[in-house]
Amino acid sequence: MGTASAATLPGSGEEFHLHYLNVKHGLKAWLLTTDHKRIAWLYFFTTTFFFIVGGLAATFMRLNLISPQGALVEPETYNKLFTIHGTIMIFFFLAPAVPTVLGNFLIPMMVGARDVAFPKLNLLSWYIFITAGAIFLYSVISGGVDTGWTFYTPLSTMYLNTHVLSAAMAVFISGFSSILTGMNFIVTIHKMRAPGLTWFRLPLFIWSMYAASLIFVLAMPVIAITMALVMIERIFHVGIFDPALGGDPVLFQHLFWFFGHPEVYILILPSMGVISELMAAFSRRRVFGYGFVAFSSFAIGLISFIVWGHHMFVSSESAYAGIFFSAMSMAVAIPSAVKVFNWIATMYKGSVSFEAPMLFALGFIGLFTIGGLTGVFLASMGLDIFLHDTYFVVAHFHYIMVGGAIMGYLGGLHYWWPKMTGKMYPDYWARISALIIFVGFNLTFGPQFLLGVLGEPRRYATYPPNFQFLNIMSSAGASILAVGYLLPFIYFIWSAKYGAPAGPNPWGARGLEWETASPPPVHNFDVTPVVTHEAYDYEAVSETVAVS
Amino acid sequence: MAEEHAALVAEQFDDQLQQYQTATLGMWIFLATEILFFGGLFAAYTIYRYQYLPAFEIGSHHLSVLWGGTNTAVLICSSLTMAMAVRCAQLGKKKPLIAFLFVTLIFGFLFLLIKFGEEWRHEYLEGLAPGVNFTYHGPHAVHVELFMFFYFFMTGLHALHMIVGCGIMITLIILASRNYFQEKFNAVEIAGLYWHFVDIVWIFLYPLLYLIGGRFPH
Amino acid sequence: MAEHVAHVERKRVYVTIWIVLLCFTALTTGVAYIDLGSNWNTVVALAIAVCKASLVVLFFMHVRNVSERMVRVVIVTAIFTLTVLIVISFSDFATRKLIPPPPGLRQASHIVVHHLGEEQ
Repeated sequence: MGTASAATLPGSGEEFHLHYLNVKHGLKAWLLTTDHKRIAWLYFFTTTFFFIVGGLAATFMRLNLISPQGALVEPETYNKLFTIHGTIMIFFFLAPAVPTVLGNFLIPMMVGARDVAFPKLNLLSWYIFITAGAIFLYSVISGGVDTGWTFYTPLSTMYLNTHVLSAAMAVFISGFSSILTGMNFIVTIHKMRAPGLTWFRLPLFIWSMYAASLIFVLAMPVIAITMALVMIERIFHVGIFDPALGGDPVLFQHLFWFFGHPEVYILILPSMGVISELMAAFSRRRVFGYGFVAFSSFAIGLISFIVWGHHMFVSSESAYAGIFFSAMSMAVAIPSAVKVFNWIATMYKGSVSFEAPMLFALGFIGLFTIGGLTGVFLASMGLDIFLHDTYFVVAHFHYIMVGGAIMGYLGGLHYWWPKMTGKMYPDYWARISALIIFVGFNLTFGPQFLLGVLGEPRRYATYPPNFQFLNIMSSAGASILAVGYLLPFIYFIWSAKYGAPAGPNPWGARGLEWETASPPPVHNFDVTPVVTHEAYDYEAVSETVAVS
Repeated sequence: MAEEHAALVAEQFDDQLQQYQTATLGMWIFLATEILFFGGLFAAYTIYRYQYLPAFEIGSHHLSVLWGGTNTAVLICSSLTMAMAVRCAQLGKKKPLIAFLFVTLIFGFLFLLIKFGEEWRHEYLEGLAPGVNFTYHGPHAVHVELFMFFYFFMTGLHALHMIVGCGIMITLIILASRNYFQEKFNAVEIAGLYWHFVDIVWIFLYPLLYLIGGRFPH
Repeated sequence: MAEHVAHVERKRVYVTIWIVLLCFTALTTGVAYIDLGSNWNTVVALAIAVCKASLVVLFFMHVRNVSERMVRVVIVTAIFTLTVLIVISFSDFATRKLIPPPPGLRQASHIVVHHLGEEQ
């Protein structure tokens, strides 16, 4: 076990293990904590809450789409539902989920640090996050907003009488939370690494979190200022983006997607990092082509900043700019494919085992590949004119965001749950959950590819009757998917109370986070670890690792 | 960024050098986000300027080069005193540190006074404030209003940063008078980075807004 | 004390930079009143601004001898990203009129408008 940490014993009881969860009790100890592990839990509960809210909105949408005339709600309400779903899922669940829960918990542990570089800013960013979330919930409760998550002008600034201001304010504020988190992670990875932990000994999760943090820091300010402009245009009626007053609505799209597209990679990059960890751990092999996987994260981060125009092929964008954006959007497939191929190559000749986290990881690879390849379709200008704003796009990005990002998040949660809580969960039920989610997901979004090709536009409460069969299929799949998501809620809560003790390293995995107790002590390591070996050195030390 | 007074080195760090470099890097990354924050505005400004150059020149000629130039000088002076304050903190000289911080604060107030009391007031009374009091009806009125909006928003956002900066100065003066920096100058240096950055933003705003396309008679 | 952590700059350097910055301010203001033709006034004004900003960054913000090397990478990255934002979005607006609309487009858009009008 290398430098396995001895539990801190306060004098008498051998059984008593002092760790970050039981060191202090009470609400105040949690709300004022600067411990990155506790802040991770704060984020876990809040992002899970937002996931439920966003999921409910999606449920109502899918119920409504059972009937061509709209089974449940008025079109105005439907518009609000997809806005709530999109905004909450992107700004308040997907973007923060992996970085702030798994990233917060793991980055200091993986680099062998006692905490992140700026613990107080870490807590501050959570407070900013819940403030933003509360403001958005206010705009939902006080009547809702129906701009779509993209806040396109001049619709959002001139024509809608819903609560655009508070919603834009929420997005504006949430940007600062992400900026602080990203800044914290970058500095932590640079300055807080344990002795001997060189860049090429870092776990790949760290590399992809670094790339994602870079995007946080560089893209979030632009959305913040854009939202500020939207708010000011709405309040003072000056024509920043309104053509009637001399502005240009396409400029808004430029500014929005300059942030918006990198944002998509913020969602997927951390999950990609999780998958690299899972592939190595459950194949008992070093990730194939470590350097390529590491740098592909950076390539994705870099290219993500020069593809944004592919959202604007049909918005009077110059054809020359379109050619450039189209080519770059296809180029981003290359580093993504590098990752997928290397993950598959990692399994080759490894001793692969299929515990629940690995099932989620395999699901990720399949779904992400489908999502990525359909993205190449959409990157080609001619085809995009046909498919733009159809259900094909909806299916494509859900394959990336739900099939990719959430699968990765769940995989990571299952993998590190024993570390976070010190308890095991029932692996059987977790595998069932992974299976149900995979099947339910494909049933939900597979048909939407067909709907898109057949020409059903997105964001409508009603549709022609000939699309009904595929829509019912999609809604049925969504209910299966919901069951799949519900299961972890049950067995995770069960495991927190009744789960068997996990021990420091239940998977026999490599990595600094597994070399300390579960749950970890307050400062993560009793002795600052000294790293002398590469990441994922399963072959080198297989004889010393006790496989569970 | 300032860790609290209790110890020289906060518990997550190994030594003072690590803490110092971490804080510096953190501040610079924050400034990078600020570059992009203002950058969105600069991008929008560039594109509109390209599209409506004559209107933007008309708008620009309504601004006062005298006061804009004076304010540029004021900020440059404040940057010098800030740099000197950082130097004093590094050398552990308490009295000159407080003096330089105080002068910096005065320059900051002077800038804000000129900005709001002279320039903004004047432009408001002239009917050049978009959305509030805009009565200009000359050629290109719609796009002149667009220029004036960018003028007010960019200088306003900059002034907001100045106000925050002044708040930081006041905090530093209080802390310095309580001997906080005898052992740790980090906070002064980090605050200095911020102050200089705000100065740099103005260095670009001045030619872009006041001197656009030249001030010679067309 | 912690002198070993940071490099302490000489007073004279700060004062020199301050004087240069004030001169540049006077220069940029003065040049604005001279007609340099086409866009040269803008180019000169921005060039002077870049010089001034570089001086502030290098000397007042100590990037000339900063102990943390990553700082330089951070600055370059931020400026690069900003350039990407401005140049690429600008290139869209600048190249829009280079391609004339296809001959059928005017007619086609009339038909669409007409058709929509009928439905309403």
